[in-house]
Amino acid sequence: MRAKARLKAFGAFWYDFVVGDDWRVAVGVVLALAVTAAVATTSVPAWWILPAAVAVLLPLSLWRAARSG
Amino acid sequence: MSGAGWALFASVFLACAVEAVEATTIVLAAGTTRDWRSALKGVAAGLLVLAVVVAGLGPALTAVPLSPLRLMVGGLLLVFGLQWLRKAVLRASGHKALHDEAAIYLKQVEAARSAQTVRRGGVSDWYAFTLSFKGTVLEGLEVAFIALTFGSNQHDVPLAALAAVAAIVVVVAVGALVRAPLARVPENTLKFVVGVMLTSFGMFWGAEGAGAHWPRSDGALLVLAPATLLFGLALVQAMRVLRLRSERAAAAPGPVPAPQGPRRPLGEEALR
Repeated sequence: MRAKARLKAFGAFWYDFVVGDDWRVAVGVVLALAVTAAVATTSVPAWWILPAAVAVLLPLSLWRAARSG
Repeated sequence: MSGAGWALFASVFLACAVEAVEATTIVLAAGTTRDWRSALKGVAAGLLVLAVVVAGLGPALTAVPLSPLRLMVGGLLLVFGLQWLRKAVLRASGHKALHDEAAIYLKQVEAARSAQTVRRGGVSDWYAFTLSFKGTVLEGLEVAFIALTFGSNQHDVPLAALAAVAAIVVVVAVGALVRAPLARVPENTLKFVVGVMLTSFGMFWGAEGAGAHWPRSDGALLVLAPATLLFGLALVQAMRVLRLRSERAAAAPGPVPAPQGPRRPLGEEALR
């Protein structure tokens, strides 16, 4: 029982450490990196994808936080 | 020293200074906003790993693939940076109080204490340690690459190594000088700037690791960081306006209450 609680606390710590308050931001970053890698294999420039992702993800996350109060 | 020697020294010095500034920025950010002891332990651990890698691989170091490392470090820095920036914007715009943040942080620390004491050893702030460690290892590897590749091409690795060390010493000395003034900056302002820097470096390294090429290479950071700063400031303003509007709407007088008469049965009131 104590080991389970420790494992849960350990998992919670790492989730909070890596993912933080809004899991959608972390998922969005992973998706944006995947799209960047895919586009980079073509002749189309791929450097703009992460800035564009930040420009969408951050306001959306802030808006959700403001709405939830 | 010959003209070619000076050119080699200047090239390696400048290239390594850029990498050292990036690493020092991250360490300063982690140390000033989190915990200096953990940040410096991260630097020490990073330097140890670097020493082992450089000593073990030597000239074969140039064969180590940097892209996967950049992708991983860049992705993590971007997620961290967005977390910091999000919280700093919420606080600066009044959507989140500092006191609440501290209470939540303490609650989380308490919840994770058992895991921390087992897994963290002598490191009190894993966040500061990891940030500094990653910054030191990644930038240190790049410094080693630059010194080895430039030095090998000019057949003078010792001079290239000397230029690299000189660049690091100069940048670290400047970092130590700005450390005290940094400590006087308000906490949330500092966290906002750190969020901007982590987000900028995260975008830069993450995109490079994923195979993208930035216009003007490292020079892109000089545009990326100010652009992220302006974007963050614009978000603070937008969130302030949003908060003021909702406060005004909440404070607006409602309809004048009807004079108190005999109470109607509950069912009748609900139907009105």
